[in-house]
Amino acid sequence: MSTNDNPKSREKAPAGQKAADWADGRVGLYNLAKSNLRKIFPDHWSFMLGEICLYSFIIIILTGVYLTLFFKPSMGEVVYHGSYVPLQGVRMSEAYESTLNISFDVRGGLLVRQIHHWAAIVFVAGMLVHMMRVFFTGAFRKPREINWTFGFLLLVMGMFDGFLGYSLPDDLLSGTGIRFMEGAVLSVPIVGTYLSFFLFGGQFPGFDVVPRFFTIHILLLPGIMLGLVVAHLILVVYHKHTQFPGPGKTNKNVVGMPLMPVYMAKAGGFFFVVFGVITLLSAIATVNPIWAYGPYRPDQVSTDAQPDWYMGFSEGLIRIMPGWEINFAGHTLVLGVFIPLIVFPLVLTAIAVYPFIESWVTGDKREHHLLDRPRNAPTRTGLGVAWISLYLILLVGGGNDLFATHFHLSINAITWVVRVSFFVLPPVAFIITKRICLGLQRRDREKVLHGRETGVIKRLPHGEFIEVHEPLPQGKVFELTAHDQPKPLEIGAEVDENGVVRKVKRTQKVRAKLSQAFYGEGSQIPKPTPQEHEEITSGHGHH
Amino acid sequence: MKKLSVRRRHPLAALVVLLFALAATGGLYAAFAPAKTAQADSSSQSIAIEEGKKLYATGCSSCHGPGGQGSTDGPSLVGVGAAAVDFQVGTGRMPAQQPGAQVPKKQPIYTQAQIDQLAAYIASLGPGPGIPSKKQYDPKGGDIAAGGELFRTNCAQCHNFAGEGGALTDGKYAPSLRGVDPKHIYEAMLTGPQQMPTFPDTTMPEKAKRDIIAYVNDTTRADNPNPGGFSLGRLGPVTEGLFGWIFGLGALIATAVWVAARTAKARKS
Ligand code: HEC
Ligand code: HEC
Ligand code: HEM
Repeated sequence: MSTNDNPKSREKAPAGQKAADWADGRVGLYNLAKSNLRKIFPDHWSFMLGEICLYSFIIIILTGVYLTLFFKPSMGEVVYHGSYVPLQGVRMSEAYESTLNISFDVRGGLLVRQIHHWAAIVFVAGMLVHMMRVFFTGAFRKPREINWTFGFLLLVMGMFDGFLGYSLPDDLLSGTGIRFMEGAVLSVPIVGTYLSFFLFGGQFPGFDVVPRFFTIHILLLPGIMLGLVVAHLILVVYHKHTQFPGPGKTNKNVVGMPLMPVYMAKAGGFFFVVFGVITLLSAIATVNPIWAYGPYRPDQVSTDAQPDWYMGFSEGLIRIMPGWEINFAGHTLVLGVFIPLIVFPLVLTAIAVYPFIESWVTGDKREHHLLDRPRNAPTRTGLGVAWISLYLILLVGGGNDLFATHFHLSINAITWVVRVSFFVLPPVAFIITKRICLGLQRRDREKVLHGRETGVIKRLPHGEFIEVHEPLPQGKVFELTAHDQPKPLEIGAEVDENGVVRKVKRTQKVRAKLSQAFYGEGSQIPKPTPQEHEEITSGHGHH
Repeated sequence: MKKLSVRRRHPLAALVVLLFALAATGGLYAAFAPAKTAQADSSSQSIAIEEGKKLYATGCSSCHGPGGQGSTDGPSLVGVGAAAVDFQVGTGRMPAQQPGAQVPKKQPIYTQAQIDQLAAYIASLGPGPGIPSKKQYDPKGGDIAAGGELFRTNCAQCHNFAGEGGALTDGKYAPSLRGVDPKHIYEAMLTGPQQMPTFPDTTMPEKAKRDIIAYVNDTTRADNPNPGGFSLGRLGPVTEGLFGWIFGLGALIATAVWVAARTAKARKS
């Protein structure tokens, strides 16, 4: 590839090419580019969710750097004399004071603060929806399990990094959040007090939390996340992108736009769209008005004390939990806080481990590059919706006071509804979703066999009225029948025909049962076979 | 107020009230009898009480009993003071209408003159906090920053950091403090309506009350320039999260759908 041996062309070559030649001679740029610029990226809006995450992450980093230039991560006490009148003369920490200064005295400071915060809100929301699209389309199946895991770690770290960032200004709202965290740490049996002293460097609140959180928030977690994002993207490129089934789209190819130049132009444009939307949001609406909350003081608290939305489900857990306590040998076990502390990671783990459970249950070890339409995996779709319903009901629980005041309800009634729903709603959501999926499968089957309803009514010579059905185009038929329908695992008879008892492990029995639940008769509608299709469509143009 | 209402039911309460009343009338007489103008005052006072009694009989006695001693439908008003009446009737809470978790605020149905008469009548039933003077509650004299500190310590746990209101148990609520008359804020602190604690001058001096009023008046005033854009109700992260999902991620997903629909392939077909 190198053209260095041709002095003539070297003279004439434009500067850009010269630079490229230079790089090729050192790092083999052209070969690298040839293989990567021709990467294909399919066109479907849901494949851009990952990009929304990526761009908002970049925006967060850029604005965060600006904020660090002015923020003082210190809990040393000062008296405020800045330009925000309603707080003049009030004692506060330097962290809070410097955040006020960023908001009112640094040029562009408030806008950048708001971009940083709104971007964080959108970032985690984007990750959740991105994860949902990966979940419902089965994009997590082999070979992408590792990337699913990377993604999940990003989600968890994004949540915690957000929580830490929200805690930094040391305002009354976030201070209450830290206090709540202290309560949760204290509720851990036996070591709770030690952990709390370790975390806060002594008695709460002490002087250490903000500087410690600062380091974790701006260095440790973003560093790890950056590494994970890169690994995540490398794996996306390495595995190539998945795609929805369709004519010409197989498990072995990817159909779409080449990365260069079409896709790159689109993606570059999309970056500016994301930046633009988030900036617009930040120019329009206030987020986290720390000046209104006031500085943190352990003897003060305000109502409407909630964390940012992505921690809302943990708030919900704590709010719906009855305040149980056990006293044992002079020690108090605060179950009312400890149980939510345990359930909190379980809610997240439930979704994280699902891909591994599914592949174990179904025994499916093949590679999948074609996505499932959610309806064609009713059990998975049902479980996903059940999880979402649980998540949402916990969010309602976390905001129970606002639901009470804005819908004129009793907060106690809401709490009870959430408590019951916590157990009842997910199964109900599962059953309903699965039924809807099966209904949609039935409709697909109808469409393939009998074509699309045209709305045209025809009168036959003998007087009968029929609606004309138009056969589907070949591509559509393929799309509706491309998925495979696995058979449930069979463990076979435990006693063979000679009466010899075969040992079947308990786990295997469980697995067969679950597999039956995933792929058994009640869980999928047999798709039309080619013969069925042939028979009906070749026939007599009947309806 | 809660302490007072417990003591109200003490067996000796009637005696104490009687003594107070005797002392008060005696004292008043001694103080005002010689002066002619004072005579006119006290006679206009007694006219007000008379008028108030009439208003009370038609509007309030069905619930609070003919002599203000209370009934199953309303508490005793003996000793609640003129401030309580001025607050309750002046904010339209009284006369109460349908039963509910909490008597809501509404358009007052009495004029200020009538309210003063009602207050005079109720005050004549037993001593209680009087209506504050303008000097006491004028927000102009207060220190906003100090008031903010006091507000966050004493009031924000129910009324929210910016006085936007909040939920209490069983459908009760601390109302938003937007547009509340400074006088009523003072009276609310003085009399502690319903779930709200009382903040008598012994625990919260007059100056502190004025500072709080100055703060409430400042944060809730309609022309407060909310820094950073729309305030989203100043209700904390819940509304922010909702807004971010709908107008942030929602707008981005809408754009993504739009972009993906405009591919070369889509245009061809
Ligand atoms: C429908 C019944 C009803 C009517 C009519 C009514 N009230 Fe009340 N009132 C109540 C109830 C119930 C309460 C207790 C709940 C509360 O504090 O809001 C109350 C409380 C009060 C209080 C506060 C007492 C305290 O302890 O602080 C005052 C003052 C008062 N009423 C005055 C009046 C006056 C004056 C009128 C006539 C204009 C009136 N009420 C008419 C039912 C009524
Ligand atoms: C325990 C919770 C609680 C605390 C603390 C509290 N309030 Fe209240 N406040 C209430 C409730 C409940 C009401 C409604 C009373 C009613 O409707 O009769 C109320 C009513 C009011 C009102 C009348 C509002 C209106 O719309 O007419 C004002 C003013 C007020 N409070 C101010 C304050 C101030 C100032 C403080 C702090 C010094 C404070 N409150 C502390 C619960 C509280
Ligand atoms: C910092 C946060 C994240 C960024 C920047 C990011 C970025 C991306 C991008 C750009 C893609 C390719 C385009 C697409 O399919 O949308 C992708 C694919 C993928 N992501 Fe993420 N993602 C993040 C978080 C997550 C999370 C939370 C999960 C799930 C737990 C996840 C799992 C996956 C998987 C399995 C793929 C491959 C999908 C396929 O090929 O169809 N990612 N990611």
